[in-house]
Amino acid sequence: MGPALAVVAGLLVVWQVGVEVSGVAPQILPSPLRVLEQGWAYREQLWANTVPTLQATAVGFTVSLALAWGLAVAVDFSPWLRRALTPLLVASQTLPIIAIAPLLIIWFGFGLAPKVVVIALVTFFPMTVGLIEGFDSTPRQATRLLRSMGASRWAQFRYVRLPGAMPSFFTSLRIGITYAVTGAIFAEYVGATAGLGIFMSVQKNSFRTDLVLAAVVVTALLSVTLFALTFLVQRLVAPWSRDG
Amino acid sequence: MGEPKLRVQDVHLAFPGLPVLDGVSFDVAPGEFVSLIGPSGCGKSTLFDVVAGLHRPDAGRVVVDGRDATGRVDPFAYMPQQDLLFPWRTVLDNTALGLEVAGVPRRTARRRAGELFGAFGLAGFEGARPAELSGGMRQRAALLRTVVQDRAVLLLDEPFGALDSLTRADLQTWLDDVRAGFGWTVLLITHDIREAVRLSDRVVVLGPRPTRVRCEIPVDLPRPRPQEATAAAGAVEAEVLAALRPG
Ligand SMILES: Nc1ncnc2c1ncn2[C@@H]1O[C@H](COP(=O)(O)OP(=O)(O)OP(=O)(O)O)[C@@H](O)[C@H]1O
Ligand SMILES: [Mg+2]
Repeated sequence: MGPALAVVAGLLVVWQVGVEVSGVAPQILPSPLRVLEQGWAYREQLWANTVPTLQATAVGFTVSLALAWGLAVAVDFSPWLRRALTPLLVASQTLPIIAIAPLLIIWFGFGLAPKVVVIALVTFFPMTVGLIEGFDSTPRQATRLLRSMGASRWAQFRYVRLPGAMPSFFTSLRIGITYAVTGAIFAEYVGATAGLGIFMSVQKNSFRTDLVLAAVVVTALLSVTLFALTFLVQRLVAPWSRDG
Repeated sequence: MGEPKLRVQDVHLAFPGLPVLDGVSFDVAPGEFVSLIGPSGCGKSTLFDVVAGLHRPDAGRVVVDGRDATGRVDPFAYMPQQDLLFPWRTVLDNTALGLEVAGVPRRTARRRAGELFGAFGLAGFEGARPAELSGGMRQRAALLRTVVQDRAVLLLDEPFGALDSLTRADLQTWLDDVRAGFGWTVLLITHDIREAVRLSDRVVVLGPRPTRVRCEIPVDLPRPRPQEATAAAGAVEAEVLAALRPG
């Protein structure tokens, strides 16, 4: 952590000095201090636009998480569903779901709904695949052992497949949560009445590059906080599975 | 010999295009310790799958206490080659897993497993995670998980295969001791002729795949048996080796 922070601090200093020495216009590249200063001056507006983004992220991600668990468990129990859905899920990973966001605005309007749908779509597939692969990572020998104990399919799931899937689940959760924030911003960028995405879009059009960057900083803080939260949850839910 | 505890009767099994078991038959008496030894890949683990009820044979039967037990898991407690202790459970919870799966209430399961910790040299490690145990202790914990299920026959698939030779020798001595106390009926797969002769009342030698019983060699050596090689044990080992490599 220390060295990473030092690199960031170093880059910020180079940026600040570079801007001051070259005298580049703030509409092109504002200095980090200016971004901070203006972000603070506009804090109320920034906050008012952070809340809807956060809300969309939370709702969309919760919906996605519930669907991913439901589908992954169903696939784990049904060989037929597995054969039917696995190729589709793998293929879906290659679809640029972001690209259909404008369509969703057309279909669902400018409120919470299209944002939730975009977030759910971009996070659903990686998390479902991560869970299914997690259940499948159960060693064959472990299944044999459980069967020799007389375990039903449900007992095998409960005692081995489910806990064994935790490392893989948390990895995909981290991927999902970063996609979720990006997805929310993008959905707002395409069309919304409030949110960090629309804020950035508006400020960009009035050449307030400093405020665009201030919103980027808020977005980054949001992502990093949610990302860190997944480690906390993992520590609480599955302390034995901490990787590294 | 009275009625055998376990009778394996003319068991045949083929995987698609690969005949593996070709009429395997042998008996195990109550309280007897029998080792299965045979060339690598001849079908020993497959035979265990059939005996343990995990895989139906194409033909033949498994009989326990005079009753047909083909395809049934409940008369057997099976210990796989890897210890398979789960990192999300404490050592105590790992050893109680078989009972829990069988529907024994968690507290009772933990108490029954806990009672054996002393005899298995694991006292004080109940709350530890498996990763904190040495290789020998992990193997003892896996064996505890097996025997606490209180099944009629123990099936041990190369339980000491992954251990260094010193730990292995110590565990053999220990197993010989506790087994005498508990009166378990044991079927053991091993690659190690010395181990088979150390522990067994009888060694069943299997031929190459498709396998069947080549011969059975009784081990009439007094117990407790010493760790060091003795002339008498050496003679039996030579006999097993000759049976494995005829001609
Ligand atoms: N599920 C399966 N499907 C197809 N072939 C199998 C299966 N399980 C085992 N085999 C094959 O059956 C043969 C016997 O395997 P098995 O594991 O029983 O041998 P083994 O005597 O236990 O070997 P080892 O000494 O290496 O433990 C091998 O050739 C193996 O590849
Ligand atoms: Mg084997």
